[in-house]
Amino acid sequence: MATFRQSVEATIPALRRYARALTRNADSADDLVQDTLVRALRSEHLFHGGEIRNWLYTILANLNRNRLRALARRPTLTSLEDNDAPDLAGPEGGHRDIARALATLADEQREALLLVVLEGLSYREVADVQGVPIGTVMSRLARARVQIKTYLDGERPALRRVK
Amino acid sequence: MIDRERPVSDDELNAYVDGELPADRREAVTAWLAEHPEAAATVAAYQAQTESIRAEFGAVADEPVPEHLKLDRLVQTGGGARRFLPMAAAALIAFTVGGGLGWIAHGAAGGTPSGFDTFTAEALDAYKLYVVEVRHPVEVPGSERAHMTQWLSKRVGYEQHIPDLQALGLKLVGGRLLPGPTGAAAFYMYEGPSGERYTIYCAKAGAPETALRYKGGERYSAVYWVDDQRAYVVSGPAERDQLEKVAKSIYEQVDKSGTRKS
Repeated sequence: MATFRQSVEATIPALRRYARALTRNADSADDLVQDTLVRALRSEHLFHGGEIRNWLYTILANLNRNRLRALARRPTLTSLEDNDAPDLAGPEGGHRDIARALATLADEQREALLLVVLEGLSYREVADVQGVPIGTVMSRLARARVQIKTYLDGERPALRRVK
Repeated sequence: MIDRERPVSDDELNAYVDGELPADRREAVTAWLAEHPEAAATVAAYQAQTESIRAEFGAVADEPVPEHLKLDRLVQTGGGARRFLPMAAAALIAFTVGGGLGWIAHGAAGGTPSGFDTFTAEALDAYKLYVVEVRHPVEVPGSERAHMTQWLSKRVGYEQHIPDLQALGLKLVGGRLLPGPTGAAAFYMYEGPSGERYTIYCAKAGAPETALRYKGGERYSAVYWVDDQRAYVVSGPAERDQLEKVAKSIYEQVDKSGTRKS
């Protein structure tokens, strides 16, 4: 049977992929993975069974929210509750269309979509990772896809800012 | 029995794309899509999104894991050996300088941003949770300072020195024990004459020491630092000058209290 550490180690490639898609920046992504791993090793006693991978996705997403909040306050101070990702489309947006489209999504929509299409989680698993009912996951997915489609179709959605 | 007549919802279109529909419903939706080209185009667009996302990011998982992310390395360094990142460093400098923090503690900015983020986030959560409490803001009242010092020292794992902020007009309301990112955390609350409340959240930290960092919001703000492997987050109302005064006083008292080994 794999030990806790072995299971965590085996998840690193997937965590890097998820982090890369979440941040669309290789350095930020690996920092996020590093912080996630450190937190996981430190919090082993908090892991009560289930899929280690999904637990790690949860930690990673939480740390990413913290990071976005910190970024959102730069350089002017804004509300701590304000974690609008779209503002970050500029500094972190990739040059590819799909990366830019992802940047326009709300955090929880981007997380849900990536967990499903990139990480291959079931709706049920995403609901567990995000700590919400499955119906909420579905509406996040639906909104994310409509938003991306709108963006790619060239109708600049209201959330997008002109740089 | 396949129900071809039942209308297909947006959620079902998504579930269809993600392979989350039960087999019989999947078949019905396939049939329905054949007669609804607009919906079929939407499904195709969604499938193309999935493909683009996989094409863009899928290969990351096939890359070799960088050395600094290997667990053996992380366990050795406690995660402190972060590569130097121009972007992160620039962000930190912009944050500190741009924020106009006029006083910076000894030592260069050490520790990881994650320490700053997690401690400050937890401290602010505790602040927001307890500061509105009227009847039970603390577990041990400030009148039992000696008992509280003894108790929290034992639980948090190092000698507590509860700062005296009377000079700033702040009276100790009391304290409580909280879970923290690295174990138990002590949480002290102070109250000013007009009911404004400040809290200190402290616990053992991973980093040896960091500069003082300010985190501001519309309604709350916090100052964070690590001194001698102990993290402190002072939280309070958004008035920055006052918070800095409070934090500075606490910093000096903790510094002088003899908790530092050097």
